[in-house]
Amino acid sequence: MSQFAINMIFVCGSFALYIAIAIWARAGSTKEFYVAGGGVHPVMNGMATAADWMSAASFISMAGLISVGGYANSTYLMGWTGGYVLLAMLLAPYLRKFGKFTVPDFIGDRFYSSGARLVAVACLIIASVTYVIGQMTGAGVAFSRFLEVSSDAGLIIAAIIVFMYAVLGGMKGITYTQVAQYVVLIVAYTIPAVFISLQLTDTFLPPLGLFSDHVQSGVPLLQKLDEVVRELGFVDYTADVDNKLNMVLFTLSLMIGTAGLPHVIIRFFTVPKVADARWSAGWALVFIAILYLTAPAVASMARLNLMTTIFPNGPTADAIKYEDRPEWIKSWEKTKLIKFDDLNGDGRIQLYNHTPAFEAKATERGWKGNELTVNNDILVLANPEIANLPSWVIGLIAAGGLAAALSTAAGLLLAISSAVSHDLIKGTINPNITEKQELRYARISMGVAIVVATWLGMNPPGFAAQTVALAFGIAAASIFPALMMGIFSKRVNSKGAISGMLSGLIFTCVYIFLYLGWFFIPGTASFENIPANWIFGISPLSIGAVGALINFLVAFGVSSVTEQPPQAIQDLVESVRFPRGAGTAVDH
Amino acid sequence: MTVQDKNAKAYWQANLRLIIGSLIIWALVSYGFGILFRPLLAGIAVGGTDLGFWFAQQGSIITFIILIFFYAWKMNKLDKEFGLDEE
Repeated sequence: MSQFAINMIFVCGSFALYIAIAIWARAGSTKEFYVAGGGVHPVMNGMATAADWMSAASFISMAGLISVGGYANSTYLMGWTGGYVLLAMLLAPYLRKFGKFTVPDFIGDRFYSSGARLVAVACLIIASVTYVIGQMTGAGVAFSRFLEVSSDAGLIIAAIIVFMYAVLGGMKGITYTQVAQYVVLIVAYTIPAVFISLQLTDTFLPPLGLFSDHVQSGVPLLQKLDEVVRELGFVDYTADVDNKLNMVLFTLSLMIGTAGLPHVIIRFFTVPKVADARWSAGWALVFIAILYLTAPAVASMARLNLMTTIFPNGPTADAIKYEDRPEWIKSWEKTKLIKFDDLNGDGRIQLYNHTPAFEAKATERGWKGNELTVNNDILVLANPEIANLPSWVIGLIAAGGLAAALSTAAGLLLAISSAVSHDLIKGTINPNITEKQELRYARISMGVAIVVATWLGMNPPGFAAQTVALAFGIAAASIFPALMMGIFSKRVNSKGAISGMLSGLIFTCVYIFLYLGWFFIPGTASFENIPANWIFGISPLSIGAVGALINFLVAFGVSSVTEQPPQAIQDLVESVRFPRGAGTAVDH
Repeated sequence: MTVQDKNAKAYWQANLRLIIGSLIIWALVSYGFGILFRPLLAGIAVGGTDLGFWFAQQGSIITFIILIFFYAWKMNKLDKEFGLDEE
């Protein structure tokens, strides 16, 4: 059977499973359809949250970035897990006690102002659309490989499927579908990793394999990897970074962004009790950590395998001939995500880092530049092929990647559409619209969001995980501070919150747009996005943390010179701090 | 201030103390050991690299899980002690 047919079986099989569960659960209870997780055990809720949360960025893209960046990109690992600590301690239990469904609901009520609610909606939409662009990039890569088409065609097909998936809607709300998606996703991610860990280090668990000895050479895996990449002019995999400020801010930005993302927070509104909101955050992180502890092993092992493929006799010997290249390079060439350019005309694939420091060595070896361009986002998907794993493993990873991308993209589209139809149109502009009209606005906004995201996804501002990181920066600078101040301060008033959110949002967006293009439109960047141009060496990916600080300072500053919030609001703040008296979550 | 208010205040103070303590550890393992103090930990070898690298790629994540479960356990206990739990 061809690889294509096997991929097809796995992808279609997993989709049939989700749909079957959706139908079964739907027949069981219609209430569940809306109140996802109501009455569901914290462990199940944690698993569903993990599926919701882990997207194409975590599944497809992150290990690729770590693979290329090494230690420097550990930021993704710490940033996307550390946020759960903040969520569990600073937000989830109190928002659960507050007991309404959406983030703009809380901000609108706590800051007793429809203006604050409107600003929260705007922040939510900007962060979510940016997030969807990243998802579409990842889904496009997965589809292009799986259908063996170019990445742009893959992106358009992905957009159509995501749109249909989101319009079905119910898929999202049902906890058990998400549990199934989690299982598919995590099995797909860990099985190839276990195989590769056994091949390279003879260790069953990939996280232990990462720090074990490389079987072939007998030296520790990471030491071996350092030696190989150093020989080819790259920075050591484990090398420390010079710009620690940027690394700290980037990690912080991802952490507080995690705690500020509306589609994650929403899951904690609906657990049965405040105590469960705390446990749920812990369980969610356990299930997320299974992937996040595997990812760095996948990253380093894939890098070593890639180098061994190109230099079968070691980095000091000749590179592989282009005509002898393995199947996986041929199939990824079709997607145009791997490109070969024989610069020195010797028919071999020289993969190395062409820098001035390496110039002398390159000339000595007759190399005229790096000849193989590999898109970072293909690494996880290509990983089983690179390691020569059986074809069912390759099919499995295709199904897992699509599950990750589709579930999160569809969830975000639902969040955007409910923000527009429920919070913006019904909540602010025209409270008298019928349910039918509300639904129509929801569909229209979903359609607009996917078209915008697809168009921008053709020339994305970065790799999937980087684009998603920008979304986190925006959420970090705008939503998280407002929520936290709403709970931990009785003094911050509506004027403070609105000016804080606006200054955090505008500051962060402007900084990002300066380097990555205004509204991410290709070719409109004011400065080239290179470290030399960054202010104080802070990259656009890290600026969200600074934006959050500005948000806090402005909010406290403005509040301190304006009036106290009314007594009723101070009582509301008091009440969210104590679990006693929490009812079930209500819509309004 | 009524007895009830005092109780509520004490509960909130206990919660804040717990959060601050937990966040100090949270920051220490990630920003501290994983990033800023990595050069100081360079002497401690772990499987082909050093302890700072381990904290950045594994240790911090494991610590985060322990922190959340510890916090949930402790707070759920405090809820009962102060009589502020649900039901």
